[in-house]
Amino acid sequence: MSDATSNQVLTTQDGKPLKAALARALRREKMRSLLLIAPLLIFVLITFVAPIFDMLFRSVENQIVSETIPRTVVALEEWDAETGEAPGEDVYNALLFDFIIAVENKRHTQLGTRLNYEQTGLSSMFRRTGRRVDDFGETYADQFIDLNEAWKEPVTWVTVMASPSWIEAQKAWASNPTGPEPAFELSPAALDVLPATSDLYGAFAQFVQVEENDSPTEEDPWTPIYKALYQDLSANPNAATAFSGEAATLVGQAAAAVPAFETVSVKELFIDADEDWGSAENWAVIKTFAPTYTSGYFLSAADAQLTPTGVEMKPDDEQIYLFLFYRTLLLSIIITISCLLLGYPIAFLLAALPLRYSNLLLILVLLPFWTSLLVRTSAWKVLLQQQGVINDVLVWTGLISDAGRLVMINNQTGTIIAMTHILLPFMILPLYSVMKTISPSYVRAAKSLGANDWTAFWRVYFPQSIPGIGAGAILVFILAIGYYITPELVGGTSGIFISNRIAFHISSSLNWGLAAALGTLLLVAVLLLFVAYDRIVGIDNVKLG
Amino acid sequence: MRKQICFSSGIAAAEVSERSKTKNTYFRFGDTMENSRGAAVKYDSVQKSYDGESLVVKNLNLDIPPGEFLTMLGPSGSGKTTCLMMLAGFEPATHGEIYLNDRPINNVPPHKRGIGMVFQNYALFPHMTVAENLAFPLQVRKVGKAEQQEKVKTALEMVELGAFGNRRPAQLSGGQQQRVAVARALVFDPELVLMDEPLGALDKQLREQMQYEIKHIHENLGVTVVYVTHDQTEALTMSDRVAVFNDGVIQQLSTPDDLYEDPQNSFVAQFIGENNKLNGKVVEVQGEECLVELGDGTKLKADKVNVSSVGDKTTLSLRPERVEFDTHDQMDNLVNGRIEELIYLGDHIRVRMNVAGNSEFIVKVRNRGEKRKLGVGDTVQVGWALNDCKALDAVG
Ligand SMILES: Nc1ncnc2c1ncn2[C@@H]1O[C@H](COP(=O)(O)OP(=O)(O)OP(=O)(O)O)[C@@H](O)[C@H]1O
Ligand SMILES: [Mg+2]
Repeated sequence: MSDATSNQVLTTQDGKPLKAALARALRREKMRSLLLIAPLLIFVLITFVAPIFDMLFRSVENQIVSETIPRTVVALEEWDAETGEAPGEDVYNALLFDFIIAVENKRHTQLGTRLNYEQTGLSSMFRRTGRRVDDFGETYADQFIDLNEAWKEPVTWVTVMASPSWIEAQKAWASNPTGPEPAFELSPAALDVLPATSDLYGAFAQFVQVEENDSPTEEDPWTPIYKALYQDLSANPNAATAFSGEAATLVGQAAAAVPAFETVSVKELFIDADEDWGSAENWAVIKTFAPTYTSGYFLSAADAQLTPTGVEMKPDDEQIYLFLFYRTLLLSIIITISCLLLGYPIAFLLAALPLRYSNLLLILVLLPFWTSLLVRTSAWKVLLQQQGVINDVLVWTGLISDAGRLVMINNQTGTIIAMTHILLPFMILPLYSVMKTISPSYVRAAKSLGANDWTAFWRVYFPQSIPGIGAGAILVFILAIGYYITPELVGGTSGIFISNRIAFHISSSLNWGLAAALGTLLLVAVLLLFVAYDRIVGIDNVKLG
Repeated sequence: MRKQICFSSGIAAAEVSERSKTKNTYFRFGDTMENSRGAAVKYDSVQKSYDGESLVVKNLNLDIPPGEFLTMLGPSGSGKTTCLMMLAGFEPATHGEIYLNDRPINNVPPHKRGIGMVFQNYALFPHMTVAENLAFPLQVRKVGKAEQQEKVKTALEMVELGAFGNRRPAQLSGGQQQRVAVARALVFDPELVLMDEPLGALDKQLREQMQYEIKHIHENLGVTVVYVTHDQTEALTMSDRVAVFNDGVIQQLSTPDDLYEDPQNSFVAQFIGENNKLNGKVVEVQGEECLVELGDGTKLKADKVNVSSVGDKTTLSLRPERVEFDTHDQMDNLVNGRIEELIYLGDHIRVRMNVAGNSEFIVKVRNRGEKRKLGVGDTVQVGWALNDCKALDAVG
């Protein structure tokens, strides 16, 4: 019988396949339930999933180098850091062009800050150079202007560099300026024979139009553009043939004069501005961090660093994060265990008492939730400090001498005490809800079978409360491992957690990439522990009631 | 198979234990208990109050001889579980003393009493396998590994669950769990086993089967069993003696047949089996007999059970199957009644009649196949013997 039916598709009365009919019948239901959860789903996606992915991305993202100094990055490809020599003139030329654009756009300091994470001193080098880079083309600008006053005029540059159609359009616009000026276009001739000049002038024109809301016909060009023109004309003495009219005359005149120009080394200009530019080591850092994506943040987060020769651990005195991770884990485990030790008897009592009393006790357990976290933490400061209540009582009772007051705050002890107190309810509640479901008849049965109180508890009650322990421990541990306010307030230096460093990098040092990498490592560590927990205890052994 | 019913009323407790002693010993779990039998239990003026305001158990005196199957039967809230818990040691007696084998046990903690117990919800430990559950009482008694295994195996075989040792309780059906619970309560050879409504969660068919099995085990092992139920059929089928509880007081303690045949008061008569009630007043007393006048003036002869003198109000109790349509002049009581309703039930016919103003008067007629000329609305004469009609304390 089953053979006959299994081979033929079941259909509804009107002959449609049963499966399709069922799917259609269920689709409306599904749509409706999806609509119901849609607000929450969207909320979670926007406020939880998206930020996490953004954070993960930040920890590897490194576009700033290749975006700010693209020409330099390309030029550096040829250079070999192993030689120990600073790169050649062409790299500095590329750097000059990149730098002037970056300086005008005020982006060079950001790059300096970014590179400073990898090599201290680069930030000030970038800032100092930024102030002077506009003068680096001066020598060439002066010589062109000496040759022909016209090179001083912005309009001259437009005549040479702009495409005829743009010049037309610009003129039409100038006679009746409504809306923004037409976007600047380079002339095909210039692009062809003056590549470096086109590149830089194009950037200049765009900058003037977009950032300054001005016209290239009225702004003096940056001096490095003269250097670019010099470079192009020396490379291509017949450049004038590509042009016509006034432009051809100008370019031709300049091309003829260029071989006699006095030259300066851009490399020396940079080294003159800041001698660190001559250091091969600094260039190696720039080259190492040139790629769009980097493992640098993660390596820093693991106390390692990326060097031109590969990955290596940082010197001992600079290692900090691995130890902090270790301490965070250790303290979280200690806090979880002390929560368990303190919480288990309370939960047991709660579950054993008649409802009337257990409700009252439960309110007491929840009471801490009604006071601000800051207030509770500060209360511990009052209690635990050396001139605090506990020390005073101990001195008063003569248990310790006045000189031997205990240090219980601004160290690990303070963190453990305060966080155990704050996280205790998160242990008690799951324990309580699991214990409440353990029928007293189990313990009675155990006793009737001959087990004394302890055996009945240990062999029968305790194993059944393990799911509650599991849930409470996971909850407390995960909350503890990411805790930040309390260690910050009572942890001193020896009691702070990795999250305090993350907060520091987010709000003070603004090294978000490193903060993201640390956060990602923390997330991975928690997930790994979670998997280990699943292997050892079994996640289905976790119950909230 | 049902135990042979002893019709001579008032079977002696000693006789019961004598029977148990001679049972075969095939199912014994260990050598140590080879010649043992059940324990004797005695409640001596036991009272219990939970709140200090009302007594849940009022002056309980109860003697349970070794090897007896005693059932506590009663409506919900009558104090059965409380009595059991006091015996098991989970509730202290407010007053009085409980003896186990003539030893007072009020101050003995539960785990030292050596009493096996089957709970209503079985209370099998969910985190242990069936075998581990059974081994638990042996482990806490520090029984050797080999002996443990041996006993667990025997116990599992006794309840026909030999292949289920490695399962968790949750993987068993209700009936199987129940059997494991019984086996666990017996595996350490207790002399006394307490069962608190152990079959309450089972369906009717399974319940009947388990009743038989528990009874069978009891007969084989000879342990004393104190069994709590509110199902009277269960109590009647299984027990040597039944203690009928109401309101914290034992209303009657006797063998099942006595309970049915000779109820000592109206509560027992109502609670056990079906019963016709006729309210009246005693007008004449003659030795063990009395004459009762009903509300409509009908006079009936009855067994004087729970009335003392002329003028007492009384309720007559009469089993429906003891009323006859085939009347003859020698019958002690003859009355006319009108047939109100006929219900055909196969093996018998229930006839609802209006007799002496009571329209709920039921008569059960055996279906002998002959065409009876009974019709609704007919007025017919019914009769019964004096001994079948008990004059008990007045109700309602
Ligand atoms: N722990 C307790 N605290 C207070 N009162 C209780 C407690 N246990 C039982 N009682 C009361 O004692 C009375 C007898 O209860 P008990 O459990 O003995 O009844 P029972 O005969 O077993 O009823 P059932 O057939 O419903 O199980 C009830 O009125 C009950 O309310
Ligand atoms: Mg009960």
